[in-house]
Amino acid sequence: MIEVKNLVKRYGNHTAVDGLNFTIEEGRIYGFLGPNGAGKSTTMNMITGYIASTSGEVLINGCNILDDAEKAKKYIGYLPEQPPLYFDMTVREYLQFVAELKKVPKKERETMIEEVMDRVKIKEMENRLIKNLSKGYRQRVGLAQAIIGYPEIIILDEPTVGLDPKQIIEIRELIKSLGKNHTVILSSHILSEVSAVCDYVLIIAHGKLVASDTPENLSQKAFEDNSLELTVKGEQEEIISAVKSLDQVESLTAKESKEEGCVDLSVKTQNLADIREDLFYKMAELRHPILRMEHIRATLEDIFLELTEQPEDVDRRGEEESNMESGEEEEHESNL
Amino acid sequence: MRAIYKKELRSYFSSMMGYIFIFFILLVTGIYFTAYNINSAYPKLDYTLNAVLFVFLVAVPVLTMKILADERRLKTDQLLLTAPVKVRDIVLGKFFALVTIYAIPIAVICLYPLIMSQFGTVSLFEAYTVIVGFFLLGCADIAIGVYISSVTESQVIAAVITFGVLFVSFVMEGISQFFSTAAVTSLICYMVLVVLLALIIQSMFASKTIAIAVGVAGEIILLIVYAVKSTAFESGIQKFLSIFNLAGHFDNFASGILDLSGVLYFLSVIGVCMMLTVQSILKRRWN
Repeated sequence: MIEVKNLVKRYGNHTAVDGLNFTIEEGRIYGFLGPNGAGKSTTMNMITGYIASTSGEVLINGCNILDDAEKAKKYIGYLPEQPPLYFDMTVREYLQFVAELKKVPKKERETMIEEVMDRVKIKEMENRLIKNLSKGYRQRVGLAQAIIGYPEIIILDEPTVGLDPKQIIEIRELIKSLGKNHTVILSSHILSEVSAVCDYVLIIAHGKLVASDTPENLSQKAFEDNSLELTVKGEQEEIISAVKSLDQVESLTAKESKEEGCVDLSVKTQNLADIREDLFYKMAELRHPILRMEHIRATLEDIFLELTEQPEDVDRRGEEESNMESGEEEEHESNL
Repeated sequence: MRAIYKKELRSYFSSMMGYIFIFFILLVTGIYFTAYNINSAYPKLDYTLNAVLFVFLVAVPVLTMKILADERRLKTDQLLLTAPVKVRDIVLGKFFALVTIYAIPIAVICLYPLIMSQFGTVSLFEAYTVIVGFFLLGCADIAIGVYISSVTESQVIAAVITFGVLFVSFVMEGISQFFSTAAVTSLICYMVLVVLLALIIQSMFASKTIAIAVGVAGEIILLIVYAVKSTAFESGIQKFLSIFNLAGHFDNFASGILDLSGVLYFLSVIGVCMMLTVQSILKRRWN
């Protein structure tokens, strides 16, 4: 449906998108995930033909977005980061304009506008000027604009930014329902959003594709990286040696707890073995009460952070702040 | 194209902009018409419309400044450029909307000869020829404004540059008199122009060989022509500058001559500006 081949975009010396390759197949919801400045919007702008790529090509159903622009653009509805709204128009006038612009046949226009307005729930605002609408409604009008003409592919650039939690849920529901009849690509830097809505996730960082898989598979990878967090009251040395004596303990880090006379432990086991019961009896035997025990699983969030952390950054930081590193690592661990 | 045309018309008439433009043109022409044609009973429109040409210097920049610059500033160009329409149609739709707004005061001006004919004999053909010229000149000025609006995203900058360009064009006749009509002067000016052309070619194609080839060939041709027939260069620079003198091409219309070369000239100015506008929009995608 969409083929992106070796897409590169350079602005002077800065490479915003660096050799992206992927294919989008029909009938799924794709999530484009990456930190701010990763090149998400640039990529979307290139897919929709708003800007041209420095090299590489984008094919929409086999039509090149630059050479065969008119045909290729017919397949796409696009909601950019900032909804392209004319503030001096009413909602209905605006949608009429968009329908005509997208060459919707005159007979179908009115019914289509009604349907779309129902769908994004802006019917009660149809005669209001867009400049008087709240951010949430403006976003919905922008979404309506993208849906008009019922294009096969709907591309949404950060559709939920700046909305309140209730609106976010509504927009997500709407996107899910769109996914039934359309191919949807949405970008976001919020992970939970992507994992909640999308069938497939493309993670990009520094203009490169670093991972692409279903959220389930990505989480599966995350689960392999699990650990057990404990707070135990008692002598540190004694506790450490006791834990180490248990079977299947792979690694162990310990540090002084915030609570007095206690130790915080982080235990990793081989083959994801569950040692919670053994640990409990062992500590009971030694009369070291366990105050807290938690099974921590690396979330998608951690994978995201790990993937999007550029190796160059780590190197640079390593050189400049080698003294800081141990401290920083500890901090990172405690965040987990 | 229709969608954009309708949208622009509505936008100009839902804000004050369209009305102000129409009001301003009608106010100025009305005052001059009353003074020259009604009070002094002069039966032709040539002086009247010639005297009000300055109105374009102010009215056109105000009309055209937002036409493309605002789309860019508000990022609504993302909608237009990702919709299945040609850039050419977007630009033409906008241009024709502006021409339509401009046609409204022209329609009112078309009543002037009829009013005059109530009081005596008036050559309607001559009168309407003047109005046709006036209309074409305004359209050409609007086309220039549209192009300038496409190169910036600030309305103010667009307005100021448009005013500057129209002003220079307005006083071009005076400027051309700064130069001597001698053939040598023209030769030197042409040679400088060839160098400029070569520099432009180099920046466009990034090829030194083509630029140098064009430059050297141009200079040699100029020198040969000058050696063979130096009279061809006499007042050459004036002829060259008159290309940019839009109001000068209105003169024939003003004397009541339906000047086909003038019509062609104004249409070419409009065509070139539209092409440049399309190119400037397309080029921006590559930056």
